[in-house]
Amino acid sequence: MIRFCPENALNNPLPHIPTLLEEMASRIASLPRFAHTAPLMVGIQTGGLWLAEALHHRLALKEPLGKLDISFYRDDFSRIGLNPSVQPSHLPWTVDGRHLLLVDDILYTGRTIRAAMNELFDYGRPASITLAIAVDRGGRELPIQADILGCRLEVPAGQQIKLSGPEPLRLEWVAHG
Amino acid sequence: MDNLQLNPDGSLRHFLSIEGLKPALLEQIIETAASLEQVAERAVKKVPVLRGKTVMNLFFEPSTRTRTTFEIAAQRLSADVINLDVQTSSTTKGESLLDTLKTLEAMHADMFVIRHRESGAAAFFAQHAAPGVHILNAGDGWHAHPTQAMLDMFTIWKHKSRFDRLKVAIVGDILHSRVARSQIHALNLLGTMEVRLIAPQTLLPEQPESLGVHVYHDMDQGLRDCDVIIMLRLQKERMQGAHLPGGDEYFRCYGLTEERLRLARPDCIVMHPGPMNRGVEIASSVADGPQSVILEQVSNGLAVRMAIMAMVLGSGGESGA
Repeated sequence: MIRFCPENALNNPLPHIPTLLEEMASRIASLPRFAHTAPLMVGIQTGGLWLAEALHHRLALKEPLGKLDISFYRDDFSRIGLNPSVQPSHLPWTVDGRHLLLVDDILYTGRTIRAAMNELFDYGRPASITLAIAVDRGGRELPIQADILGCRLEVPAGQQIKLSGPEPLRLEWVAHG
Repeated sequence: MDNLQLNPDGSLRHFLSIEGLKPALLEQIIETAASLEQVAERAVKKVPVLRGKTVMNLFFEPSTRTRTTFEIAAQRLSADVINLDVQTSSTTKGESLLDTLKTLEAMHADMFVIRHRESGAAAFFAQHAAPGVHILNAGDGWHAHPTQAMLDMFTIWKHKSRFDRLKVAIVGDILHSRVARSQIHALNLLGTMEVRLIAPQTLLPEQPESLGVHVYHDMDQGLRDCDVIIMLRLQKERMQGAHLPGGDEYFRCYGLTEERLRLARPDCIVMHPGPMNRGVEIASSVADGPQSVILEQVSNGLAVRMAIMAMVLGSGGESGA
């Protein structure tokens, strides 16, 4: 079940990540798409990769985890420049004809997911991509939605949340300086 | 000169020389190159960072591998690339260069990759470049060849992972080598334990110690315990002049042979910026041997040039357009 979190004021507790992961893992395992073939899991740097590692472990997937850094695919590259701490993307298998499970921490405008899908298609033509997200904070600018969702969260305009980790994994408000 | 290649926020606007750059920026180039390496192994060997940008290769001096790797690098970043073979004219340098730049700028190029026989040519272009236009130095006179130096640093980093315990020897015609000059600056900025220059007096610049290096005239002494050996091309045209005896004698004194290589550490790597003179500065058995990383340098040149282009064109200086 998708859990709808009530409107959160800043001082309300944010969702507990291990609980979300538990629910997400069981929903992934019950998806008909993955009934016969386990998904190839891909995490987006950095928070999505932490979550993917945790889900990969819970689901005991045999094929290694892929990691994606979408810095070279951002649509605002010429405006904000290159991420100075870009990491190599690494998909340790061929994507052609396979069912991929793309994992990220927070879904907001949808632009990161668009960039990630563009990058995945430069590796080949997957049979499908399923999107797993821990927190949907609304504010979409593109027609993208999660297939597997931990929870929805209303984040007031001008506020930011982020995932800190990898140990422990927890959501926190980003302080404005 | 120092500030010319940086934006106010410290990011790269032009890439003209290693001098004046901070170690963190060199490390960022190496790390970005490491991220771009895997592009070559994918089904689609391109990333879209420079989509819609135009890169002009402006080579006033002949070059095969540097120009080709710049061209491939720009294409792998999805830029449009135009190669211009510019005949060096005898007209006065300042006027003609400036005219060339302004003419090509009017064709809406976003980046110029420039090789020129005059030291300072790239910096001259950078001084006069319009806002939003970026200049990369692909070798200027005896002054600098910073992308070559960075691909060498990337190669060393891949094999040795850190610089602070390394002894690195640069051997040969250091006096006429823009590559060596850029390498020395880069190695020192990255904290290399010891940089050695091995060369006859006639092929060394004046007061080489001021560059932060140890000088050896005896190759056997200089190679002892080295982790990295960088051989330089002996420019044959210089051998006619007063600088040197014949090629055979040079090889006897300063050629890298298997026997000499054994003086260095067993895991020492051998590098050469190319093109090589086999049997003049390096024996074929060493150039093709197990410790040689010379061909790997060429592949690494692609990733490094992609990284520098992405960093320069992705720097903050062109916002608001």
